[in-house]
Amino acid sequence: MIEPGTALWFARHEWRLAWRDWLSMMTAGRRERLPRALIAIAVFVVFMHVVAYWMVGPYADASVDQATLVAVTASVLLSFFLMVSQALESATRAFYSRSDLDLILASPVATEKIFAVRMATIALSVAMMALPMAVPFIDILIMRGGWRWIGAYGLIIAMGATATALALATTVVMFRAVGPKRTRFVAQVVAAVIGAAFIIGLQVAAILSYGTLSRVSVVESQAVMAHAPGLDSLFWWPARAAMGDGRALSAMLAESLILLAAIILVVAPRFGDYAITASGAVNSGAANSNTGLASRSAVFRSTASPRGALRRKEWLLLRRDPWLVSQTLMQMLYLVPPAVLLWRSFDDGNGAYQLLVPVLVMAAGQLAGGLSWLAISGEDAPDLVATAPVPPHFITRAKIEAVLGIIAIVFGPLLLVLAVASPRHALITACGVVVAAAAATSIQLWFRSQAKRSQFRRRQVSSRFATVAEAFSSIGWAATAAVAAASLWLAIVPGLIALGVVVGARIMSPRLQQA
Amino acid sequence: MQHFTSLAPDLFALEISGLVKSFSRPAVDHLELTVRAGEFYALLGPNGAGKTTTLRMIAGLIRPDAGSIRIAGIDALADPVRAKHVMAWISDEPMIYDKLTPQEYLEFIAGLWDIAPELAAPRAHELLHWLDLLPHAHERCEGFSKGMRQKVALAGALVRDPQVIILDEPLTGLDAGSARQVKNVLRERVRSGCTIIMTTHILEVAERMADRIGVISRGRLIAEGSLEELRRQVSRQDGQAAGNTEATSGASLEDTFLALVAEQAEAA
Repeated sequence: MIEPGTALWFARHEWRLAWRDWLSMMTAGRRERLPRALIAIAVFVVFMHVVAYWMVGPYADASVDQATLVAVTASVLLSFFLMVSQALESATRAFYSRSDLDLILASPVATEKIFAVRMATIALSVAMMALPMAVPFIDILIMRGGWRWIGAYGLIIAMGATATALALATTVVMFRAVGPKRTRFVAQVVAAVIGAAFIIGLQVAAILSYGTLSRVSVVESQAVMAHAPGLDSLFWWPARAAMGDGRALSAMLAESLILLAAIILVVAPRFGDYAITASGAVNSGAANSNTGLASRSAVFRSTASPRGALRRKEWLLLRRDPWLVSQTLMQMLYLVPPAVLLWRSFDDGNGAYQLLVPVLVMAAGQLAGGLSWLAISGEDAPDLVATAPVPPHFITRAKIEAVLGIIAIVFGPLLLVLAVASPRHALITACGVVVAAAAATSIQLWFRSQAKRSQFRRRQVSSRFATVAEAFSSIGWAATAAVAAASLWLAIVPGLIALGVVVGARIMSPRLQQA
Repeated sequence: MQHFTSLAPDLFALEISGLVKSFSRPAVDHLELTVRAGEFYALLGPNGAGKTTTLRMIAGLIRPDAGSIRIAGIDALADPVRAKHVMAWISDEPMIYDKLTPQEYLEFIAGLWDIAPELAAPRAHELLHWLDLLPHAHERCEGFSKGMRQKVALAGALVRDPQVIILDEPLTGLDAGSARQVKNVLRERVRSGCTIIMTTHILEVAERMADRIGVISRGRLIAEGSLEELRRQVSRQDGQAAGNTEATSGASLEDTFLALVAEQAEAA
């Protein structure tokens, strides 16, 4: 029996909450779905092991030379950037979520103890969240290369602790630098940028150096090898730790845990104050007053129509919600490398345009899916809209128009530039963007549910099938566009597969099944 | 505030007949209900009695399994769009957008209900003034208290100039000042000829404001009338002699309501 009020007791409480949260996420809040979720996880794990076998299997016996250290360091850095991004999001959520804050602060216990446990839980959950993707690769490396690779698990714990420490420190620094009101937005944007920065950085470097989107070409390049530090450099310690160097692993673990403990010691006593300030800033009406002069006018827009009003509302809500902007920003960031590629290849490179087509189509599908969820399912006043004197299909149409309007604004300029450089590729891309966006929007429409916009991050939970279908549809249309750029006739095959995904989603949609 | 349209007093603002809705169990069970134009009608009932389900069906948010609903003479099931033009629905959870200001919210409503801007803008200004929201007209609603949010939602309903207003627990969670303001607005509306149908757990509000009170239990209307008529019904059911109502004449609505619900439960 754990004594109430102790750190261990709080840890158990935090873990119970985290576990139930995860369970609810996996089962969409329905316990009866647990067996299905477990089967899906098992299938995913097996699939990822096959992928890992194919990707890293041949390198399991690699010796500790410079090329291997560069490759492992690149993988470690990629994971670390993603973990920092995840930790930054979790830390921001912990500061800005009111949830049980009042209960904790009103309780007769040392609150810093609870907050210290809470921060340690963030570190643990960040490490745990990295595991589903890392485990298959580490398992294969152990299977084929021996037990030395088990150090990679220790490295994940060290990276989780370091990432959380950095995230907590960054959040507190932001609090002081830009104030609690802006910190949430800035932190979310920084998290999105950090999450994508490493991959995008490698891609941009590859484009600028080799005119390709391939990240591997940079990691394997002579330039990187030439500028890489010597084999005995501290820079390689994370890679060495992953490859079973006991001294490096111990040092990494000690450094990260000391860093996390120090940050927790500094932040925990002030956590309550920060959280209260944060929630106060979010809930302060005066602080969020609109300063736009146009909207201060008491005159309503003369062009207002039911459809126009709905479209304008969707755009206004999206523009006003920095959190949602930062969530969609991640997808926009992936358009940076193609844009650089387009700029670099403007005068020559027919082959480069070939690469651009699927990237743009894929991005359009993904962005349309997210925005459609917000507009169609993420309606904060569903009863209000439902009681409007317009037919339901009219409302849906207006919302779809709002989504497609944003897609047009984002992709229009890129398509225009592409049209000047290569009209044929621009035409194929435009068709692909329209079809991918329409398919993603349709899937969101068929699987629509009622949710708050604040649940955007958890939209996948309501229907995993819709999420998977949306992803495969975007991939399918991207592949179709890519093949069409080379040969129109051959594009029929991936086109039919993509169409099959969309038709399958329609057949499986709850609305059709109910009918 | 004299620009509201109203129905002719001899018209029924609401006519419900044989209304049925079942979820896992019957929520509304062959409900019959009529509300006259210009009437303030309070619908009372214990938790789970079917009040909110009934109101949501009237508002067009749930489709009934059977029965008919006519609002201001319009068949709400056959022509929901026309019916929605003449009515406004306000739920206990204010249906507003955190990221919009009250001014923008009213502009959105005016656009959605296709109200001419030159008509809607002054009406919105007047409502914001009336509900003491003018100083906050350009602040985002996310920091508003429950009372302020409910007042914004009420302004949103009134800016459409509806003939019938349906309210589900509009006073829940409001402070005394906000509650009084909302009540004053509703009274003013009834005086202007608007029909109000409201559910509430605050029986004192129903007692003071309603022209007629309906008591619903297990999805059926078990009693209806003015407070005095309800008292008489209770005394009759108690087996007291007609005219000898001393025991119940001074009874509050709370006593009367609890007696009616208890009798229904015993009968079931």
